[in-house]
Amino acid sequence: MPVPEWLRLRRDKNVQAEDASLWEKCPKCNEMLYRKDLGASQWVCPRCGYHFRMHAYDRINSLVDGDFVEIGTDILPTDPLGWVDKRPYKAKLDKDREKSKLSEAVVTGFATLDGFPVALGVMDFNFRGGTMGTVVGERITNLLEEARRRRLPCIVFTASGGARMEEGMLALMQMAKTTQAVQRFMADGNLFMTVLTDPTTGGVSASFAFQADLIVAEARAAIGFAGRRVIEQTIRQKLPDNFQTAEFLLEKGHVDMVVDRRELRETLVRLLDYAVDRSRLTPALKAVPEFALQ
Amino acid sequence: MNLIVEREKGLVELEARVTALRERDAASDEVRVLERKVEELRRDIFGHLTPWERVNMARHPKRPIASDYLAALDRFDELHGDRHFRDDPALIAGFAKLNGRRVMVLAQQKGRDTKENIRRNFGMVSPEGYRKARRLMELASHLGLPIVTFVDTTGADPGIGSEERSQAEAIAACLTTLTEANVPIVATIIGEGGSGGALAIALADHVIMAENAVYSVASPEGCAAILWGDSARAPEAAEHLKLTSQDLLGFGIIDEIVAEPLGGAHRDAAGFVGRMLATIDNALAGLAPLSADALRDARYTKYRRIGARRDESGPRMASVLT
Repeated sequence: MPVPEWLRLRRDKNVQAEDASLWEKCPKCNEMLYRKDLGASQWVCPRCGYHFRMHAYDRINSLVDGDFVEIGTDILPTDPLGWVDKRPYKAKLDKDREKSKLSEAVVTGFATLDGFPVALGVMDFNFRGGTMGTVVGERITNLLEEARRRRLPCIVFTASGGARMEEGMLALMQMAKTTQAVQRFMADGNLFMTVLTDPTTGGVSASFAFQADLIVAEARAAIGFAGRRVIEQTIRQKLPDNFQTAEFLLEKGHVDMVVDRRELRETLVRLLDYAVDRSRLTPALKAVPEFALQ
Repeated sequence: MNLIVEREKGLVELEARVTALRERDAASDEVRVLERKVEELRRDIFGHLTPWERVNMARHPKRPIASDYLAALDRFDELHGDRHFRDDPALIAGFAKLNGRRVMVLAQQKGRDTKENIRRNFGMVSPEGYRKARRLMELASHLGLPIVTFVDTTGADPGIGSEERSQAEAIAACLTTLTEANVPIVATIIGEGGSGGALAIALADHVIMAENAVYSVASPEGCAAILWGDSARAPEAAEHLKLTSQDLLGFGIIDEIVAEPLGGAHRDAAGFVGRMLATIDNALAGLAPLSADALRDARYTKYRRIGARRDESGPRMASVLT
């Protein structure tokens, strides 16, 4: 079967590395790093292992076998509250669209990971701080419903400052909507996994992020419910450095494992290998366009 | 300082004077003149409340709080603890009878004074409070008791301990349990509905809101801090957030409003609490005939439709990148 035009691969392309500046300074070890090299090393500092935040498409590129069929691209933001502060919300959306090269704060679709067909959602902090508004809620819900229909495992990478203020209560209600979709998906016996990346807080952590069967946290990611500043203001004291890090959550018993990004793909594949019986995968399930278009 | 309390000071004085005069001579001209003045003043202060004024109304120190509603039930027996860590005084829960109907009640409890507020953590629930709520939601499902909740919180507790014990997981688990519940769920927003901490016990088949209650994605202070790094700009945030009962009814996020007397629920607390309970009873009666599956399906659809729509004119599968 010929591969349609829209499935053409762009493996060599690194979205984040195509920025205007050539160099990036590691905030941890101060090493000056060539952006193209960083792109090639999954945005992990080769010297000290610092994890930069990653663009959603680069993340997808670093994980999937070949094709990634994106769905939900027709679910697009509006301005339901008519919000205007310093700038109109619509202008903020336009700017973030341009800046992030994304249509919203989450990318959803289908792919295979080492031959395992999966539904994949990847959030991106570059778009409105990864906040969950109506589009993020709808795309995640849509992904879970489509995955449930096809009985596929679903993996969502979270990166979010919480609910999106500019969409008010409509944003808060996405917590209810996504939670319900996850519950239905899991009740049918499907595997739901989340990978918590930097940062995962607020309404996203208090809904689908912490609802998963398996919760993996990326090394050093900031994860929590309340923002660090809010807590510091409330208790009027400085918080320890490791507070709300992935490692802190592991110690407290809230995540299954903490994984270095460079070992993440391999880890996810191993987990899928426990959860999914490889012998039951049909050829159609191993080919992305086939299962995605069913 | 509460804006409404400050505003109504003159009014309260005047009302006291009218009452005193009326006792002496109810028919005097002075009484009639003053009564008219009281009416005017009331309309002046309360006739057109701004969103920020409504926030202050929702936080009024005399406003009925959860315990006032619980006291007005036929019967209430509190059940304690999350079975793991402790009993959270910010969330009261237990068996109740409402107009003879057996129900499970969950309520966020603020204090009436500073001392009680400290004990109740100002109605900010900790993970163990949500875990107690979840345990009793499951018990309600198990026993076939409808769930009735009273929401009144600025938000979930943001302390160190709450993070250590995963506030996020505790709230997410409540949302999951309410999604699964095989019994009717009626939620009421009686004062402040602050963010995920409120929603954790408000994912419901029927959501009732007191007219002057507020319900928002974040408290106005929190929103102002997040967007502009300045919680003092809360009044401005309140204008933006669309947090009033009328706004939310328009969005289909709540189902019903219970009207308050001019000047707020506390001006006729017993009457208002009674009307709220009657409204809950009515909602429960409407949900009672539905099967567990019908309830869950309707609940799913109710939240499923809130938010973004597909843009049918756009491409269904536009880009594919790898």
